[in-house]
Amino acid sequence: MTGILGDYWQAYLWRDGPYFSGLAVTLWLLILAVLIGFLLAVPLSLARTSRNPLLRLPVWGYTYVFRGTPLYIQLLFFYTGVYSLQVIRSQDFLNAFFRDGFNCTVLAFGLNTCAYMTEIFAGAIRAVPHGEVEAARAFGMNRFTLYRRIVLPSALRQALPLFSNEVILMLHSTSVAFTATVPDLLKIARDVNSATYASFTAFGIAGVLYAGSAFFLIWLFRRGELRWLAYLKPRTH
Amino acid sequence: MLLEGFGPQILLGTLVTLKLALWSLSIAILAGLLGASSKLSSNRLLRALATGYTTLIRSMPDLVIMLLLFFSLQMLLNRMTDWLGVSQLDIDPFLAGVVTLAFIYGAYFTETFRSAFQAVPAGQLEAARAYGMSRWNTFRKVLFPQMLRHALPGIGNNWQVLIKSTALVSIIGLTDVVKATQDAGKGSLQFFYFTLVGGLIYLAITTVSNGVLMWLERRYSVGVRTAAL
Repeated sequence: MTGILGDYWQAYLWRDGPYFSGLAVTLWLLILAVLIGFLLAVPLSLARTSRNPLLRLPVWGYTYVFRGTPLYIQLLFFYTGVYSLQVIRSQDFLNAFFRDGFNCTVLAFGLNTCAYMTEIFAGAIRAVPHGEVEAARAFGMNRFTLYRRIVLPSALRQALPLFSNEVILMLHSTSVAFTATVPDLLKIARDVNSATYASFTAFGIAGVLYAGSAFFLIWLFRRGELRWLAYLKPRTH
Repeated sequence: MLLEGFGPQILLGTLVTLKLALWSLSIAILAGLLGASSKLSSNRLLRALATGYTTLIRSMPDLVIMLLLFFSLQMLLNRMTDWLGVSQLDIDPFLAGVVTLAFIYGAYFTETFRSAFQAVPAGQLEAARAYGMSRWNTFRKVLFPQMLRHALPGIGNNWQVLIKSTALVSIIGLTDVVKATQDAGKGSLQFFYFTLVGGLIYLAITTVSNGVLMWLERRYSVGVRTAAL
C-alpha cells in the first residue's frame, strides 16, 4: 500500500512522466464537459420550452437520443464510429480532430451532459411562477429582457440542486474516458493494477480520490446554494 | 443483408444485456429493501452499516467499483484455489456483472425505498394494527402497496441508469450488445453503422421501459386525488 503510494502518487494525482495524468486529467475533462454542456444547454433549454414546434421538437429528439443511450456507446460512436468514415478522414481538420481520443471524449461528454442539463433547465423554466412573468410583461419588458432579467436568473437558481447532481454524475461518468486512451484516474489505476497485481489497493486509491472529489464538489455546491438560494430559506425570527 | 450476417450475434448480445439488467434489478431491489429496513431500524449498528454502504457506493463511479470487485474477487479466488491445490477458476463475467451491478444499485435503491417508506403516514400502520393485522399482513397489504407508489418514480430512474450501466460490463469481458456490435464493426469494418445499431437497441429498450413505467405509475396511483389547477 505505502509502496504503491510512494511509487505512483504523482501519476495518480497529476503527472505521469512528461504527461498530465490521473485526477488532474479527470477534473479537466469534467470542467470542459460541464462548460460545453452548460453553454449549449441554456439556449437549448429555451428552444425546448418554446411554443414553436420547429424549435422544440429537434431539441426534444436530441435529448431523447442522448439520454436514452449509454455514454459508453456515445463515446465509441465518436471515437471508433465517426473516425472510420471516409468523409471524415479525407478532411484534414476533421481527421486530426477525431484521431485524438481526448477530443472525442470531450465531445461525447459535453453532448451527453448537455442533454441532461437541457432537460433540467427546461424543467426549471417551466416552473417559473407565472405571476413573475405576467408582472414583467406588465412592466413592459420585451422578450429578451424578460428572459435575461426574470426567467433565467430564477430558473438557473432553482435548477442548482439538480445541476449539482448532474455534475457529480458526470464526474463519475468520466471514468469511461480510459477506453479512448485518455490517461485519466482510472487509466492510472488499471496501469498500477497490471504492474503490481494489487487490485484492491490500485482501484481503491482511485475510488477514494473520486469520492474525495465528489465530496468536495458537493461542499462547493452547498455553499453556492446557500448564497444563491438564500432568498428561498424559511424565514426565522 | 441488413446486419451483414451479424444479426444472430447481436440478438444474442441483446438478450445477454437484458438478462443482466433484469437479474441485477431484482437482486438490487432486494438489497435495497434490506438496506432501507436497516436504515430505518432502531439498531444503531445496522443503521451505521447501511449508511456506510450507501455513502461509499454512491460516491464512487460504477466502473471503479466494478473493476475493483472483479479483479479483487478473482485474486481472492486464485489465492483460495492455490491454497486448496486445485486449478484456477475464472469468474464468469456474467455472474461478476450481476453481482457488481446489484451491489452498486442496491445502494441507490436503499435510498429510494427509505424515502418511500417514510412517505407512508404512520396513521396507516396504526390503523392496520388497530384492525388486528399481523406484522406481515400490515407490510403486505398496507405498507408495501403505498410505499411502492412513492418509490415508483425512483425505481424508474434507477432502472434507466442501471440499463445504461450494463454497457460498461463489456469492459470486464462480457459479450453483451456493446461487445457484439463492436465485434461486428471489426468484422465488417463498418464501425459507424454498427455502433449506431448498438445505440438504437439501447434506445429501443429505454423507450419500452418508459412505456411500462408510465403504465405502472398510473396503475399504482389509482384512487389518488390530484387537484386540478
